[in-house]
Amino acid sequence: MDFFHALGDIFSAEALYISTFQLGVLFAFAAGGEWVAERAGTLNISVEGMLLAGAFGAVVGNHLVANSAAGLLVGALFGLAVGALQANLSHRLTANEFVVGLALNVLVLGLTAFLMTSFDIGGARASTWTILLLSEIPLVGEALFARPWPGYLVYSLVPLLWLLVYRTRWGLEVRAVGEDPQAADVSGIHVNARRRQAVYLVGLTSGIGGAFFVLGQVGSFQSGMINGRGFIVLAAVIFGGWTLRGTMTGCALFGLVEALTIATSVQGYRIDPFILDAAPYAVALAVVLLFAARVRQPRALAVPFVRGLT
Amino acid sequence: MTDSTRILDAYESETPARDAAGDEPRAAGGGGGPSAREPLVVAGLYVASILGALVVSAILVVVATDGSARDVFTALLDGSLRSPGAWGLTLTTAAPLLLVACGSIVSTRAGLINIGQEGQVLIGSCFAAYVAVRLGTPGWSVVVLSLLAGAVGGGAWAGVAAGLRRWRRVPEVLTTLLLTFISFPLITYGLSQSWLLADRNTERRNQLNTGEQLPSDALLPDLRVFGNDIDTGFFIALGLTLALAWMIARTVLGVRIGMLGLNPRAAQRFGVSSERLTTWALIGAGATAGAAGGVLLTGGAAGDRLVFGFAGNFGWDGLLIALLARNRLLVAIPMAFVFAMLRTGSSFLAATGVNRTMTDVVQALLVLALLVPPAILFVRDRRRSLRAAAEDGV
Repeated sequence: MDFFHALGDIFSAEALYISTFQLGVLFAFAAGGEWVAERAGTLNISVEGMLLAGAFGAVVGNHLVANSAAGLLVGALFGLAVGALQANLSHRLTANEFVVGLALNVLVLGLTAFLMTSFDIGGARASTWTILLLSEIPLVGEALFARPWPGYLVYSLVPLLWLLVYRTRWGLEVRAVGEDPQAADVSGIHVNARRRQAVYLVGLTSGIGGAFFVLGQVGSFQSGMINGRGFIVLAAVIFGGWTLRGTMTGCALFGLVEALTIATSVQGYRIDPFILDAAPYAVALAVVLLFAARVRQPRALAVPFVRGLT
Repeated sequence: MTDSTRILDAYESETPARDAAGDEPRAAGGGGGPSAREPLVVAGLYVASILGALVVSAILVVVATDGSARDVFTALLDGSLRSPGAWGLTLTTAAPLLLVACGSIVSTRAGLINIGQEGQVLIGSCFAAYVAVRLGTPGWSVVVLSLLAGAVGGGAWAGVAAGLRRWRRVPEVLTTLLLTFISFPLITYGLSQSWLLADRNTERRNQLNTGEQLPSDALLPDLRVFGNDIDTGFFIALGLTLALAWMIARTVLGVRIGMLGLNPRAAQRFGVSSERLTTWALIGAGATAGAAGGVLLTGGAAGDRLVFGFAGNFGWDGLLIALLARNRLLVAIPMAFVFAMLRTGSSFLAATGVNRTMTDVVQALLVLALLVPPAILFVRDRRRSLRAAAEDGV
């Protein structure tokens, strides 16, 4: 049948797996950090702004030092700066975390657009590292082992996050803070400090994710480039049921969905662009519809902690 | 809304009463200064943080562009208030913002976190446009039906999230947001199909994907005051806001909504049907956002036809107004006016050579600045009462 023929065409093209990986890396960095933050009980919707700040930082760093590593570093720092604002406003000053998040998204969007029109900062691209032999694997070889170099960082991200959350004292405290802040407080854990640190972490990783998107995929900064992907990240964490493995699966899934929408149009199949644009969000919606009721979220998620209240 | 802000609200409303009654002096002061200075401290904090935001914006203008901050400031004022007809336009622009905000406030008071207003505005304006262009009922009934259709559209869009929340326990924070991102391609699709929203005049349509021009019947009439055209939509928004403020403060329903937001478990014990009420609060918030879309379309704040990118952040801004007003409907009115001023003022910025996106930056900085003072006050009062409690305990 024609439809299956088309599917075969799309799934047998290397390009699909390449863009899945590229988008998956963006999602994985941001979602990995966001997962830690949500385990600490803070739902920060400024991931969108953090990603955009990271992307902007990548071109700024590359402009200053002409080096993609510098771009990645500055991107991470810009993401961290957004995280620092979010963390201190909502977990030191107890401002509503959703208001802060929304305002930061608007701020980063406006600020980057404004600065971009005021300065000419050009583009930035990281060099591709090809791993011998492995990259020769048919179909997925190029997608996994011939990537712009920052992409390889994702292989260390997952074990590092796992170690951090499940095998360190800090990780234990973070999980305790997300489940029962009062009990954690009584046992001597500084609840809001842990939450702030978790938000710093998501700022850092999202900054790297945004920087990778510029350095490894787009090659330049555009104001609308993140375009709601930060919110897909939140859906990925819910999809994963607040586990690391599930979150990363969610990132791969959402990467694949978006890659599919790119692949179909590149290969010349005429599908209404409306369906393609809506697909990632519609899938995210379907996914939370199916999974949200089955999993247990951190009990204190999005509940602010003020000592002595309740 | 979060517990902290709610408790803060309760605290703020409590403090003056206690002072007036001449109760324990420690309640307001802890161990510190007299409470007569309190309003000054509060005002000072607000002034300082707003000034801080303005200074940061001014520095940005000077450093990033060659423009002068004073030029930008006068341009914003000229565009929003001083030039002929400007404040009428600002009031017209404030109408959809206020409508979005008042719906959000009610749903937030019911304990919901609805952040999908942008999509609800957009879907509402689509429904309104369809009715206005295709229905062709005579006279003023077109505009009424079209606004109602907008409310139905926005309500239905929020209703998806409300249903998911009620029956599948999906958090509405996420669904309302995802629905917003689905609504963008949806309007593009609608504008590309001639049986939906596209202009039936094919010559125009081939140039751009635009909706059909609204018939003049379908436009809200303007009220002319001192050479300013104020759209009827503004009075609708104002009336609705006042009515809702009365509802929240004076009716059983208002008390139930407030109780539900403050403590859902206690509200249920008192016999409030939390599931049904939250569902309807969310749908209601969507309906006002949808009506805002209708007002935006028929009121002329965003042109006379539906185009791509139509909602133009009116939904996001309305939400920010609601949050900044800290869920007090009467505070939302001046707040909406300030946001509208930034919008209408930004059209005068081009002359100063500063990019329009600057107003987004100013707006976001103002939002952050307005968040800080109540938070500082809350933390301070919290520390004081903890200290007082510790002294008592020993």
